[in-house]
Amino acid sequence: MREIKAADISAAVARMCISANTKLPADVRAKLEEGYAQETTEAGKEIFRQLLENADLSAATKLPLCQDCGLAVFYVEMGEDVVVPGGINKAITEGMVTGYQDGFLRKSSCDPLTRKNTGDNGPAIIHVDLVPGDSLKISYMAKGGGSENMSRVTMLAPSQGWEGIKKFVVNRVAEAGPNPCPPVILGIGIGGNFELAPKIAKKALLRKLDDIHPDPKIAEMEAELLAAVNKLGIGPMGLGGSYTCLAVKIAMAPCHIASLPLAVNVQCHSARHEEVEF
Amino acid sequence: MATYTLNTPLTDADTEMLRAGDMVLLNGIIYSGRDAAHKKLTELLDKGEPLPFDLKGASIYYVGPSPAIPGRPIGSAGPTTSYRMDAYAPRLYSLGLKATIGKGKRNDAVKQAMADNKAVYFGATGGAGALLSKCITASKVIAFEELGPEAVREMTVKDFPLLVINDAFGGELYAKPNLDD
Repeated sequence: MREIKAADISAAVARMCISANTKLPADVRAKLEEGYAQETTEAGKEIFRQLLENADLSAATKLPLCQDCGLAVFYVEMGEDVVVPGGINKAITEGMVTGYQDGFLRKSSCDPLTRKNTGDNGPAIIHVDLVPGDSLKISYMAKGGGSENMSRVTMLAPSQGWEGIKKFVVNRVAEAGPNPCPPVILGIGIGGNFELAPKIAKKALLRKLDDIHPDPKIAEMEAELLAAVNKLGIGPMGLGGSYTCLAVKIAMAPCHIASLPLAVNVQCHSARHEEVEF
Repeated sequence: MATYTLNTPLTDADTEMLRAGDMVLLNGIIYSGRDAAHKKLTELLDKGEPLPFDLKGASIYYVGPSPAIPGRPIGSAGPTTSYRMDAYAPRLYSLGLKATIGKGKRNDAVKQAMADNKAVYFGATGGAGALLSKCITASKVIAFEELGPEAVREMTVKDFPLLVINDAFGGELYAKPNLDD
């Protein structure tokens, strides 16, 4: 067994929360630069210019990239031979609370009915997968409410197939329009069941924007969806243009013979995530 | 499309000259308010009690800023999505509110209220909260402190960059999606 100290995990998580909220991932920044160079509308180009300036300012001043520092979502791949005295969930939650406090990050978690703020952005939303070995990888995503509100899960009929999937995704982005802060990134979960489809859809957002899916068929589907969505012309912040979506990332899982579950997780352009390995 | 520099409180003359697509650099006092604050403002109106600020000519910014970092009046402060305030906005417009500031679409009732009351809806750039915070030179909580990031703040803005999304004449800036069917 390999022991990893809870305090080490908490410290790393706190650092990661602060860092991710003040520094755009390099692949996201590169896409914004591409958009600034390539966007066909002046209004859209101006949005990209502002977003790049915002990223520079955030890195320099440590003001968060966006005031919505999100609910804190963690994906943990934990070796079956790893032990964390005190517990992995507690270690992550404590690190998150410290990071949001010390980093002057907004606490956005509240009671669903009374709407009373929990005050510490807790609880963290933590997904743990056990993997063979003694490694530990923790990925953190700051998921804002505006883009999350535009996300959907649906249970299609198997007969609807790929065409049905495409139609649902394009209509979802069209209906969301300017609301989720386009240009967006789409995490698409196809298959699984009612809880697995949205889980893999969101986790797909951790992939690099410029990576190409190792399965050529899925890579082709991602390219097809990206082109279809960008034909909508919604553009940056809904002001019109060719950049409605920066990337589409698909995850698939086998499903019940009766079902075709589909989840569309909409991510805003401020795609903040980081990971740490022990 | 024109660019205007305007001072709050806004007047009918100000809003009547604005058209969707115009750029506005807003100066003066604006008030923050989002979901929970709107519910509380509405409850005060229902009880016939005074609001924490004068609605006449006022501008409400749909924002829940991040905590101020040392040496700055406020943290990151970009717009939140506006449709969630659609349930409350028509009543506030009818009582003198001249502008709301946010991002995203408004419903027909809000657009009608703008037309009826010579009022407008401005868009600010979502996800540019650090950049927009530079235009906020002062900020203080004036009501509902218990709401934390959702408290009502009186903010002083200097050349706050906005686009007219909906004007008082039914005009709208947002691109309509190109759907085949």
